[in-house]
Amino acid sequence: MTKIRDHHTIVFWTGFVVIVALLGLAPLGLPEFWRRFLTEILIWGLLAMSSDVLIGYTGMISFGHSAFFGLGMYGAAAALILFSPPNLWLAIAFGLVAAAAVALFVAYFSIRLRDIYFAITTLIFSQIFYVIIFTWTDVTGGENGLTFTRPRLSLFGLFPVRFTTYTMHWFVLAVVALSYLLLRRVMHSPFGMVLQSIRENEARTRAIGYAVQRYKMVSVMLSGLFAGLAGVLYAVQKEFAAPDFVYFLVSGETVIYNVMGGIGTLVGPIVGAAFFLMLRETFSRFFTEHYLIPVGIIFIAMVIFTPQGLLGFARRWLNK
Amino acid sequence: MGTIVDFFRNFPIDLLLIQTVNGIVTGMILALIASGLTLIFGIMDVVNFAHGELFMLGAYLGVIVMATTGNFWLALVVASLVIALLGAALQIVTLRPLLGRDPLMTILVTFGISLVLQNYALWQFGPVARKIPEPFTGHFTLFYLEYPWYRLVIAGLSAAIIGALWLFLKFGTFGIWIRATTQDRTMAQAMGIPVPWVHTAVFALGSGMAAASGVLFGPLVGVDHAMGLDWVLKAFIVVVVGGMGNLGGSIAAAIFVSLLESYAAIWVSPSQAVIVSFVVLILTLLFRPTGLFVPTPK
Repeated sequence: MTKIRDHHTIVFWTGFVVIVALLGLAPLGLPEFWRRFLTEILIWGLLAMSSDVLIGYTGMISFGHSAFFGLGMYGAAAALILFSPPNLWLAIAFGLVAAAAVALFVAYFSIRLRDIYFAITTLIFSQIFYVIIFTWTDVTGGENGLTFTRPRLSLFGLFPVRFTTYTMHWFVLAVVALSYLLLRRVMHSPFGMVLQSIRENEARTRAIGYAVQRYKMVSVMLSGLFAGLAGVLYAVQKEFAAPDFVYFLVSGETVIYNVMGGIGTLVGPIVGAAFFLMLRETFSRFFTEHYLIPVGIIFIAMVIFTPQGLLGFARRWLNK
Repeated sequence: MGTIVDFFRNFPIDLLLIQTVNGIVTGMILALIASGLTLIFGIMDVVNFAHGELFMLGAYLGVIVMATTGNFWLALVVASLVIALLGAALQIVTLRPLLGRDPLMTILVTFGISLVLQNYALWQFGPVARKIPEPFTGHFTLFYLEYPWYRLVIAGLSAAIIGALWLFLKFGTFGIWIRATTQDRTMAQAMGIPVPWVHTAVFALGSGMAAASGVLFGPLVGVDHAMGLDWVLKAFIVVVVGGMGNLGGSIAAAIFVSLLESYAAIWVSPSQAVIVSFVVLILTLLFRPTGLFVPTPK
C-alpha cells in the first residue's frame, strides 16, 4: 500500500515539475503574441480553478465569479491609481480585500440556497455589482473603466524590475502554481474532505454534526479570494479595469472552462481554459468575432457526451 | 421636517400614474416571457438560459416578416410558430439526452445555446438595432403625455395569450397531460402519457410565447442581438420571486417587479432602477424562498 502511494507521489511531483518547467521555458521559444496568450491562459485558468472549489468540490455551481474577478481588478486598479509609485503588493492586497469583502457579502446570502437557486442568486449578485460599477462613473470610470500604469515587480521592495512579457509570464506562472498547490492541499485536508462530503450528501454531512453552512461560507470565500487574485493578475497584465469583466458572461465562460476541462480536478479547469481559448483563436480566424457559434456547439456536445471533461479520466488519480 | 412636507407637496402624482401604466405594460410583457420560463422549469426542471435568445430571435423574425409582408399580425403568428418549432428541435437535440441527469447540466446546455443563438443573430443581422413599426399609431392624452394606444394593446394581448394558456392547461387534453407530468413524471408515464413529447411540446410552447412577446415588444425598443440578456435576467428574477414553476405567482411577480422598477425610475436612472428588482429577489430568497405569491408551504 505504501509502495503504491510512493509511486503515485513520485509520478505526481515529477509531472508537476515537468509541466511547470515546460510552461516556464515556453515563452523563450514563442513569439510575443503567443507569449501573452499563454500568460492569459494561466490567468483565466486560475479563475476557473478557483470556481472549481465550488463546482467540483462543494457541488455548488456559481454563476457569479465575474463579481469576484472584477472586484479583484478594480481593487488592484484603486491601489495602482491612489499610490505612487504603484506597488504590486499593495495592488494584490487591495484586490484580495475587495474580492474577499464581496465574497463575504455574496456568501452570506447565497449559501442559504441550493442547486439552481444558488446559481441564479450568484448570477444576480454579480449583476448588482456590474450595475453599480457601470453607473458609478465618478469612481469607477463607468463604461470606459480605469487605466493605470503597471507596477514594477519586486520582492519585499528589493530588486525592482520592469514587467516584460517574460517576467510577467513567470510571475503569473509562479502565482498560479503556488495557488494550485495551496488549493490542492486545502482540498485534501479534513476541511476539503468535509466540502466533498457536502457535495456527495449534504443532509448526511449535517446529520453527522458538521456546521454545513459555515463550511459552505468558507468555501465561497476561498473561491472568491482566488478569483480576485486572478482579477489582480489580469489587471496588472492588461493595465486597465473594465465593467465588461464583471458582466455575467465572464462567469458563464468560467463555468464553461470547468466543464470542458473536468470539474473536481483543479488542473482540469486550467486545461479547459487553454482548450477554450485555443478554440477561440482557431475559430476566430474563420468566423471573426462570431467564434462563439462553433465553440458553443462544441461546448453543448461536450456537456451531453463527455460531462466529465477532458481530464475527467484522471479525476481519481489527481485527488489521491 | 420641512423636507418631508416638501416631498409630499411636490410629490409627482401625475408621474406616479404614468409610471403605473408603464409598469403594468412592461409587467404584462414580462409575464408573457416568464410564464414560458416557469412552465418549462415546472415541468422538466430546466432553467432555460436561452429563453432571452428565443425572445430576441422572435423579434428578428417579426422584423423580417414585417419587411416582406407589412402585416404585423402575420409577423406575430409566423414568428411564434417558427420559434416554437426551433424550440422543439432544440429540446429534442440537446435537452432530451439530459433527461434524468443533474438539472444543473441543463443550465450549462441552455447557456451554450444562448451563446450560439446570440452570436448567430449578430452574424446574420449585424450590430445595428432594427425597428418594428407600430401596427397602429393612435394616441390618447394621459396628463401632459400623448400616450400611444399600442402599449395598452400589448398589455391586453399579453393578458389574452396568458389567459388562453391558462384555459388550455385547465381544459385541453394536452394541457391536462402537462399538469399531470408536472405533478408526477413517473406516474404520468405509467398512465400512458407520452412524457418525452409533453416535454418537447412545453418547450415549444414556452419558446413560442417568448417569440410572441419579442414581436409585441419590438416596436417599443430597438431589436438587437443583446436584447435577450436583460430580459432573461428579469424573467429569472420574476420566476424565482413568483415561486419556481408557479404560473400565477410568476404573473403577479412580473407586474409587481415591473411596477417597483417603474416607480424607482422616477428618482434614479432606469439602469439603476434594475437594482430594485435585484433587492426584491434577495429579500424573497431570504424570507420566502418558495416565492412571494404562493401560500406558505406546510
